[in-house]
Formats: sequence, C-alpha cells, structure tokens
Amino acid sequence: MSRELFKFKGGVHPPEHKAESNTRPIHAAPLPKKLVIPLRQHIGSPAKPMVNVGDRVLKGQMIGAADGYISAAVHASSSGIVSAIGPAVVPHVSGLPDDCITIETDGRDEWIVHAPIDYRAMEPADLRMRLRDMGLAGLGGAVFPSAVKLDPGATHPCPTLILNGGECEPWITCDDVLMRHHADEILEGVAVMRHLLGSTEILVGIEDNKPEAIAAMQAAAQKMDFAIEVVAVPARYPGGGAKQMIQVLTGKEVPSGKLSTDIGIQVFNVGTAHALARAVHHGEPLISRLVTVTGHVLRPQNFEVLIGTPMHTLITLAGDRDGTTGVLMGGPMMGMPMPDLEVPVVKATNCILVKSNDLFPPLPKALPCIRCTRCADACPAELQPQELFRFAKAGDFGRAQEYHLFDCIECGCCSYVCPSHIPLVDFYRYAKSEIWAREKEKRAADLARERHEFRQFRLEREKKEKAEKLAAKAQAKRAELAAAPATAGAPDVDAKKALIAAALARAQAKKAEVAPKNVDHLPPDTQREIEEIEARRAKIRELAHQPLESEEKKP
Amino acid sequence: MLTAILVMVAIAVVIGLVLGWSAIRFKVEGNPLAEKIDAILPQTQCGQCGFPGCRPYAEAIAKGEADINQCPPGGEEGVKKLAELLGVEPKPLDETHGIPKPKSVAFIDEQTCIGCTLCIQACPVDAISGAAKQMHTIIAAECTGCELCLPPCPVDCITMVPLAEDLPHWKWKHPVVMLKEVS
Repeated sequence: MSRELFKFKGGVHPPEHKAESNTRPIHAAPLPKKLVIPLRQHIGSPAKPMVNVGDRVLKGQMIGAADGYISAAVHASSSGIVSAIGPAVVPHVSGLPDDCITIETDGRDEWIVHAPIDYRAMEPADLRMRLRDMGLAGLGGAVFPSAVKLDPGATHPCPTLILNGGECEPWITCDDVLMRHHADEILEGVAVMRHLLGSTEILVGIEDNKPEAIAAMQAAAQKMDFAIEVVAVPARYPGGGAKQMIQVLTGKEVPSGKLSTDIGIQVFNVGTAHALARAVHHGEPLISRLVTVTGHVLRPQNFEVLIGTPMHTLITLAGDRDGTTGVLMGGPMMGMPMPDLEVPVVKATNCILVKSNDLFPPLPKALPCIRCTRCADACPAELQPQELFRFAKAGDFGRAQEYHLFDCIECGCCSYVCPSHIPLVDFYRYAKSEIWAREKEKRAADLARERHEFRQFRLEREKKEKAEKLAAKAQAKRAELAAAPATAGAPDVDAKKALIAAALARAQAKKAEVAPKNVDHLPPDTQREIEEIEARRAKIRELAHQPLESEEKKP
Repeated sequence: MLTAILVMVAIAVVIGLVLGWSAIRFKVEGNPLAEKIDAILPQTQCGQCGFPGCRPYAEAIAKGEADINQCPPGGEEGVKKLAELLGVEPKPLDETHGIPKPKSVAFIDEQTCIGCTLCIQACPVDAISGAAKQMHTIIAAECTGCELCLPPCPVDCITMVPLAEDLPHWKWKHPVVMLKEVS
C-alpha cells in the first residue's frame, strides 16, 4: 500500500528530543486538592457558569454551558465543592487573569450518571449539540469547538477526512503515546466523525519518526469495518500543521483566506478523535487529556491529567530539578512562556516543557536583518518573512496584510533559521493583534456613527411629530370655535371677545376664591395694627395722586 | 478645410453633450471628501473639536473651515491619517481642544442616581438606558467615552472608568529586540 506523497515548501529539521518522554508508560496524575477550570478554554464565546459558590459538583458535571454556536461546555474534572467563581490566572502569555471556576476536590472522585450515546440513532444536529455540551474541542492546540467542525453544512461536503498524528513539534510525544496505547479508541472516534461528515476517504497521517505509533494504528485499522489508510509522512517541521498535512497527503493546497472544508477536506487531531470516542462510547465529557511533561525534569513522561490541575504539581511529579529557567506550554517552536506555575492544565495543554540554560541557551542578542531571505526559504506558508518583518516593525500593517500576514501559521521556522536571531514571529503576532484591535475599533466607530445618525433622525422626527400634534390640536380648537358661534349666528370676532371675557371672569373668580386666610379671626390688637397700616397706605396713595408743587409751577 | 472644422465642432458638441449628461446622471451625492474624513474620525461625537459631532467637523475640514488637529480622541495618529488623506503636513494636536485620554466608558453610580433623564438627553449615541424617576445605566459596549453626560448630571453620579486590559482585549506588544552592539 503505497500512496504518492507530495511536499510542502520550506520547513526545518530541529532536533527531535522525542525519545526522552515516549518510552515511559502513561501515568495518571494524582487528584489535586484544587482544580481551576477556566471558562474560556476554546476558540469562541467563553462558557457561562452554571453553578454557584458552595455547590457540590460531581465528576463530569457540566459547570459552564456553551454560549452560542462557536463555543463548548466545561465540566468538573472531579467531585468536590465549588469554592470560587471569578478571575484567576490562566495559561496565557500575558499573565492576565480570566474567569475560572475553582473546585476544592473531596477525594471521592464520584462520577455523575453517564451513559454511552447511540450516535447512529441520533439526528446529526442533536448529536453535534450533545458533543458541544460534552466540551469537545480540538486537542491539537487550536481548541476549535469540534461540534462546529463536524457540521459539513449543505455547501461543504467533506469527502476526505484526515486524522492528524503528525506531531511535528520537538519534545512533544502525547499524540505518539496515545496512538501506541489507544489506537482502537482513536479509530472508534474516527467512525463517529465519518458518520457525521459522510466522508468516503479516511487518511491518517503520521510522521515516519513514530514507527510504533504507525504499527499500532495500522493494526487497529485492520479491525475497522471501513477503509482507513495509515500513511507515514516524512518528518519535517511543521509537517503536522493542518495545511501542510493536507498538502503532503493530497497534493491540494488550501487557498489563502479559505478553510480546508472549502476544498472538501476536514482535519482532526488524534487526541480529539480519542476524546470523541470517550464521549460517545462512555458518555464521558472532555475532563482529562494526555500531557507531555519534558525538558529539564528527572523523569520526562506523559501523564493523563484532569483539566484544571495546576502545572507545578505535574512538574513535581516528573521530578523538578535545579536550574529551571522557565516553562513553556507547548513545544519549543510555538510554545508560550507561562507567567506562573499555578496555572491549570487546559484543553490546549499538550506539553509542559521545562527549560534550562543547557537545553535552551538564551538567544544571542539580535542583529539587524541582512535580508538573506533564509526565512523565506524556510517558510512553509510561502510568505516573505523578511518583508513582513520590515512592515510589522515599521507599523505599516496595511502592507503587511498585502503580503498575506494572515496566512502565517506562526510555526517559528523563520525565527529558527534567522542568522540574526530576530524573534520574527513575535513581530507577526504583534502586527496581527494590532490589526485585529484596529478592526474592532473601526467596528465600534461604525456602530457609534450609526447610533448617532439614528439619534439625529429620531430627534428630528420627534420635533416634527410634536409640531404636527400641536397643529392638529389648534386645528381642532378652531373647528370647535367655528362650530359654536355658528349655532348662535354671531360673527367670529364677537365669539372671540366673548371667549376672552369668559376667561377673564373665570380668572377673577379663581382669584376671589383664594383670598388670604391669615386675616380671618384676628385678635383685636393685630386688627388695630392692620387698620393703622391700611390708613398709612391710603394716605400715601393720596399723596401720590397730588401733583408736586414744584411740578405745578414749572409749565 | 471647412469640413474638417465642422467635423471637429460636431465631435466637440457630441462629447460635450455626453459629459454634460453624465455629470447629471452620475452625480455624486454628498461630499465624498467629507465621507472619507468622517471615516477616519473616531466617532466619539464628543464635540471637543467645536462642532456638534464628527460629521459636521468632517464637513468643516472638507470645506477648509477647520484645522485637522482639533480631535483629541483621534490623537496624533488621527491627525497623521487626516494629513495623509488631505496631502498636508501633519501638525501637533491643538491643546485648546483638549488632550488625548485613555479610552474610558462612563459609569453611573446607581445608588446616587435620581433618575432625572438629563444624561439620557445629552448622550449622543443613546448609550444610556433609563426613564424618568427610574435608575439609569450606561450600555458600556455602546459608550464612546465622550463625557457629554458628566456636566448635566445634577448629583454628579457619573464617573469615567478607564477600560482595563482583559484577555479578549489583550494585544501583543511591539517586541523589544536587544540589538547587539556592532563596533
């Protein structure tokens, strides 16, 4: 069984360092005292908390519901009491806190009632919603909600389903050991994917530096009732990237700005397929995953870890050593430095790589770019990294986009080969996030403009409506007036005069009614005082009416 | 000779008619330059430029009645973009119109609010919800931070809260590259 394989441009061959961790069996990490479960573990809207502080939760209980179509639920990884809901430090390079649910575990690890799903009897849409509620997200690193990817839609049939076991990044071996030990379950997950997507061709791409995994998967594929082709692909970083895997296996290239489904191909990580099989055949939501703990530790190995377990407990378990200079989540090429080791393991955590000066000597200081274009030779996305660098550094983001900045997969090949040791990928990440921020600002400005314009329109309309209302009222009054004198037969002017006279009379009557009440029933001395004052007033009035003598003489 | 002149005149008349007709038929509504300027302005609608909103300011710039450096929310970057669009030299912000501030949204202290609706009437983007003698609240997602609601409030219960950086709004910083000294 040989398949014609294709090549992708560029790529590099960094030292693999896989043997450190892939020889030891999988150990289940012990239950920690505290689990911190972030609500935002996937791409899309964060989950909405469904529990309150003080609630007792069971293992596998949904504690955060999916919010919207592109979202996934989160679950309690073990039984215990919810002790906090709020910001806590999460595995993100910024070190900023995000909303998490903290559970104090009770050690009983008590499961909620769960049962397998009869997926063949279910409507595909219901099954997808069920998988979304089981928290399934891509375990390859991007954590895109799997339910969305399993929706072929009317316009995107997916005749080809690729299972990605590339795992090209150095040091990481979690997919490798998963395939060695759980090949059958992975392919059971593939059967569900095939059922939902209606794929006719199923390919499993595994880099040829994992012969044990390839053998295990081939053996498992024999047992399945549909054809699965397990293909060994040449090991070259980043051959495990989805776009690169598609190109190597099929020779097709995903066009810029499009998705692989646009060319009829869907790609899933082997870990996702395994989690899907656990969800469907055991009714278990995604509450644990395999994590490689490697690098500067005594016993590099893979652990089965509950989501929410603090990273430092795993490093202690693998045997921490002196001289640790930092910890990466992910591999050395694309991994993110962790701000704090209290951060929990999340669905995206495939590897915890402990650094030391021996294994990862600090990068020499960067030199200016000499435009040698070695980065362009290494770039698997066929971009011009040196140009992108120039534009990103100068803040010329428009030009960077013209040079297809958003086709960059941030694989790090350019930084790896750069003889000037420029952290090129950091510049692309900076440019991308600036562009996104600007687009967000632009949308906010457009919304403000729209709302302001509508307000102007509304004020105008209200003014007009008021004027119309007044005019209508005046019209009605005039009509009423016209009708009243018509019966009396008097001319219009008289009617108006009569109306004025009547109004005056009404006003006078009202005035008379409100005579001051503080002059009633007065004691005699106050009455006398008032009379005196009145007399003085009368005198003054009299004087005022008499013309002055001087004035009399004047004329 | 005469034929040639007649032919040229005829061509001129025909072309003139076509141009005249298309000037009427394809007349551009509004001022396209003002549109472009308005697209650059931040739409805060704060009136710090001295005009009642971004659109009137854009029109004034297009007519040459206002300078390009009167918009503090747009900042130096906004001035630069306007200068680029209009083909003039960028200049520093005119501080008589105010200084740029970090992006904030208004916040109503609901304990103090008496429900007078004065802020609702002042808000240029209808981002305050509430009714007479009912508590008012800012719709933070729609607040532009123009501060126009602050002066009318009789009980001074509105404050401006700068937007804190959180994960969804976090941005990668410009990398600090330690350049090696080359002698």
